[in-house]
Amino acid sequence: MKNVLIIADKEIKTYFTSPIAYLLMAIFGLIFGYFMFSATAFFVMRSMEMQMQGGSQPMNVNDFVIGPLLGNASVVGLFLIPMISMRLFAEEKRQGTMELLMTSPVRDYEIVLGKWLGAMFMYICVIGISLLNVAILFAYGKPDWHPIAAGYLGLILQGGCLLAIGTFISTTTRNQIIAGGATFAVCLLLWVLDWVSSYEQAAWAKVVAYCSVLTHFEPFSKGVIDSKDVIFYLTMIFLGLFLTARSMESLRWRS
Amino acid sequence: MIKVEGLTKRYARNVAVDNISFEVGKGEIVGFLGPNGAGKTTTMRILTCFLPPTTGKASVAGFDTLEQPMEVKKRIGYLPENPPVYPEMEVREYLTFVGKLKGLTSKDVPGRVEEAMKRCAILDVKSKLIGKLSKGYRQRVGLAQAILHNPDVLILDEPTSGLDPKQIIEARELIASLAGDHTIILSTHILTEIEQSCDKVIIIDKGKLKATDSVANLKKLLHGTEVHVEIQTPAPSAEIRQTLEQIPGVSRVVLSNAADERHYFEVESLESQNVRAEIARAVVHAGWNLNELRPKGASLEDVFLQLTASEQKTSVETVSQ
Ligand SMILES: Nc1ncnc2c1ncn2[C@@H]1O[C@H](COP(=O)(O)OP(=O)(O)OP(=O)(O)O)[C@@H](O)[C@H]1O
Ligand SMILES: [Mg+2]
Repeated sequence: MKNVLIIADKEIKTYFTSPIAYLLMAIFGLIFGYFMFSATAFFVMRSMEMQMQGGSQPMNVNDFVIGPLLGNASVVGLFLIPMISMRLFAEEKRQGTMELLMTSPVRDYEIVLGKWLGAMFMYICVIGISLLNVAILFAYGKPDWHPIAAGYLGLILQGGCLLAIGTFISTTTRNQIIAGGATFAVCLLLWVLDWVSSYEQAAWAKVVAYCSVLTHFEPFSKGVIDSKDVIFYLTMIFLGLFLTARSMESLRWRS
Repeated sequence: MIKVEGLTKRYARNVAVDNISFEVGKGEIVGFLGPNGAGKTTTMRILTCFLPPTTGKASVAGFDTLEQPMEVKKRIGYLPENPPVYPEMEVREYLTFVGKLKGLTSKDVPGRVEEAMKRCAILDVKSKLIGKLSKGYRQRVGLAQAILHNPDVLILDEPTSGLDPKQIIEARELIASLAGDHTIILSTHILTEIEQSCDKVIIIDKGKLKATDSVANLKKLLHGTEVHVEIQTPAPSAEIRQTLEQIPGVSRVVLSNAADERHYFEVESLESQNVRAEIARAVVHAGWNLNELRPKGASLEDVFLQLTASEQKTSVETVSQ
């Protein structure tokens, strides 16, 4: 466990000593801020219209602002995740530090776990920027915090799952750009897999749609924590990290 | 301390290490010698558990590299061919990370880091980014990284590459000072380095073991009764030969080559006599130019070349002792 933390700590320091951490946080903050602004403006306009038409029930901030916002955050996260995970192993391989890690008294899985945790920390920092915006909602209104917490849990789980996949892909090359591109392609694919369910009802389509990360995120953004979704994400994380460890091992045997 | 038995490493296309066996005792400094692509780095990578052998066994301090890699890794300090440094880290930050990685307690880390920096003379760059250091300094940081946790066994792949002459001497002194408590294997292309710092030499070529012996023995093997002479003069070879044969102590003169007024001879002398001074005097007396005069095979270089030669081409131009 100590070794895991040593590696994670090093990864986090690396993110924050390079511009990448601040760049990602700025990009995310900007885009999320814009979404937030649009969503609230739209919400205000609609609720004023409703009131003028004599609608008695006030509109729900959670359903109309926060839900869609979290959905958008998950999409933006999809683009940022490859940028977080791509360097994890590719960079170590390129600069020859893999030789240091693999000849130090640490186990492969400790390296994998440490790197993934470091990436998770980075991802959570990026996602965390959006809390500033959400805080504004709390300052001016009374949204229910339960669905918000569920939404963030969903974001974290989805991010963890995609980062695990990205970590695995990063072990397969010494070129960061290739790792990033491939991760992006896989993330995008996993994201749109649920499209099949819109035109096909056969069993295989259900299975394919089941593998879509988006299918499992939607309940979270509505404030529903379903154990089946949690289990899906945890399984994917485990699978990704397991493959990473195996890939490290084969690195030894092949190279 | 280190035991290698029938070690073979096969890559997809070629055999990098072919059935090598050797042993290194505790406290010995062993030089690993071989031309480019001989398999030195590969052997070292196997010893450090970075690569698994295809067949054969390697063990360090009694622990097998395949079966108990953690135990082996704990006891090894390894400087790979390219120093494994993170360019975005500062020197001290990097060494602190390595210290923790090697399992030092957080109490010991600062002291060990300071000590390693002192020994490798990098105290003056301790707060610099490694990426901004020169090659030589990066190499020293790599060396500091290897000795950081005071390991029993040091495996150094070309430890002096990229260092300036002064640093090379200091690095050799550092290595010599580590001898005794530490068992050291170092690879190099510089033969004088081996002569100066190693007790034992292992020579490999194209993956095959050519010789393992003490430095003294290997040198004795060829210690010279033969002298290599190069003379430049328009005079015919036969005349030169005659002159050389008349020198007292010379038993045989062989003309090995002649071109462009340059004449190359191998001169054999009686066991105990040093005829070089006499040869020099005779050549100068005759008014010829003495381009080269060196005891044949007295240097490790010749041992090395003989053992690994296939298309040997010497370019040694020194009149060395
Ligand atoms: N990853 C690899 N894949 C395939 N072949 C390799 C690999 N690494 C090394 N080799 C081959 O193995 C042989 C031995 O290489 P090695 O690096 O051990 O030589 P070396 O003695 O360290 O040479 P040098 O003095 O140049 O450092 C070479 O023929 C090399 O081409
Ligand atoms: Mg090498």
